[in-house]
Amino acid sequence: MAILRLLAIRLFTTLVTLSGVAVIVFFVIRVVPGNPIAMMLPPGATDEDIARLSALYGLDQPLVTQFGIWVAGVVQGDFGTSITTRQPVLDLVLGRLPATLELSIMALVMAVILGGAAALTGTRFRGGRTEGAIDVANGMALSVPDFLWGLVLILLFGVLLPLFHISGRVTPSLELPFTTDFYLFESLIRLRFDLWADIVSHMFMPALALAIPLAAIIGQLLKQSLKETMNLDYVTLARTKGYGETRVILREALRNAALPTLTLVGVQFTFLIGGTVIIERLFSYEGLGNMAIDAVINRDLPLIQGIVLLFALIFTVVNLIVDLLYAVLNPRLRHA
Amino acid sequence: MTFLSIRNLSVRLKKGPPLLRRVSLDVAAGEVRGLVGESGAGKSMIGKAVLGILPPSVEVTGGEILLDGTDLLRLPPAERRRRIGATCALIPQDPLTALNPSHRIGPQITDRLVDILGWTRADATARARDLLAEVQIPDPDRVLRAYPHELSGGMRQRILIASAFAAEPKLIVADEPTTALDVTVQKQILKLIAGMQARHGTALLFVTHDLGVVSKVCQRLSVLYSGMVVEDSSVTDFFAAPRHAYSAALLAATPKYTDPAAGLLPVPDAVIDAVRAEVAAHDRGAA
Repeated sequence: MAILRLLAIRLFTTLVTLSGVAVIVFFVIRVVPGNPIAMMLPPGATDEDIARLSALYGLDQPLVTQFGIWVAGVVQGDFGTSITTRQPVLDLVLGRLPATLELSIMALVMAVILGGAAALTGTRFRGGRTEGAIDVANGMALSVPDFLWGLVLILLFGVLLPLFHISGRVTPSLELPFTTDFYLFESLIRLRFDLWADIVSHMFMPALALAIPLAAIIGQLLKQSLKETMNLDYVTLARTKGYGETRVILREALRNAALPTLTLVGVQFTFLIGGTVIIERLFSYEGLGNMAIDAVINRDLPLIQGIVLLFALIFTVVNLIVDLLYAVLNPRLRHA
Repeated sequence: MTFLSIRNLSVRLKKGPPLLRRVSLDVAAGEVRGLVGESGAGKSMIGKAVLGILPPSVEVTGGEILLDGTDLLRLPPAERRRRIGATCALIPQDPLTALNPSHRIGPQITDRLVDILGWTRADATARARDLLAEVQIPDPDRVLRAYPHELSGGMRQRILIASAFAAEPKLIVADEPTTALDVTVQKQILKLIAGMQARHGTALLFVTHDLGVVSKVCQRLSVLYSGMVVEDSSVTDFFAAPRHAYSAALLAATPKYTDPAAGLLPVPDAVIDAVRAEVAAHDRGAA
């Protein structure tokens, strides 16, 4: 029951959020200088040509009318046509979404593994040199932004020790038998481990670059929270039962300590999705972020609007998943 | 037969003042020993040292803790933990914080039996059910499946008591087990612990600042002041005529519920000065 109510409230707030985002993105990209018509026509085009093309795309209408037309379309699932490619925005965006989702989830998994390992090791050997080393590594990981980690990784694993592919999502010469755009998952399901390895090898560096700062945040917060939990009475009681330090951390402390971290991971994951914009560009990874940059450069207004709306939708869905997970992990909230 | 024997145990804050000054005491099998003293006298510290849960800020500087003849302090950590887990248990002070909020009650009672002592899960659960019945918890099956937040403080303390007796330990440390409870519940819990102790024949180290509690449940007691044992006697002798001036003052300071008009008697300054001088002499004797 509680879950259903949460879902209903969230559905409503999601709609409000998306409406707000729609208004902001629509008007902001029309206020900033530069317009798509200028990008499409060769230099020296006559005013008449400009006016004709503007009329063709409806750009001569008042802004409010344009907004009305766009919103009416969006409500019916029509996000308009991309100005540069002349293809429906929805098809373009949905075609790229799986690539970005796979990259983000891969990065999240890496961040949780790295951050979790750092926090657990730091807690197990707290007060010693190991914890100090982990704190230093965390600080470094946190103070360097993801795109710089991208460059560092390219230097390490692309140039000095070429282990992974630097650019793209998959080697172009490979035959892809896929019916969906979720290459990573579909290659696993089809048991095509050769393709899977190729895709992971392409994804490894951009995902790691995105994961490193998030791993540091997870590591720091989880370690802090674990250390506090380790002083609680129920942990002391478990020690008297004969459990060793590692068992006590994993069995008694981890689940309770993970709760505050989980909320933060949700918030940070949305930042990570934002980070894909630059990282995908850096690694020529064909995802939404890369497409967003192209759309902005070309002033492809409908495409920008579509991508931004989709990002906003992803953010709200991620937050909803975090809230649901929180309720599942915390028995005190389940019956509330 | 002595089960626990503490010999000249000294504990101090790391690079700080001593917390226990060459404490010696024995607990025979099946015997209940009270540890009394004011706050900071070190009574809880003794229980923590025995159970191997001294805080990291504290170190043992000397002495022996003989459990069934083996010095715990000389054992490798893993062996020490296993031995303590198999033969000793703790009844903690605050039932509201001593149960893990993320685990159901059942596994919190059976975990030691299954993980440390190698029982089957079915045997351990049956045992937990019997114990919950023994501590007078209605509907044990429901409680085994419940989370701590669904139960009252009194219920939780009963569960912790049941859990302490689960592995039939030889020794239980009860660390002020009634202090955090409602006055009305205190009496029941006290009776429950005393009854369980008598039935199971478990030795009990009962940490308390309440001499009234000591007179009800203990056979022997140690009075501590500033980490030193100032008196070690049988409860009958103590309440008849305490040997040490500080113990006598402590006994006189106990509020009399039968005579509220009598007011509160502080321990006189002269007694404090005398016992402080004694602690200093005790320290010099060690050097």
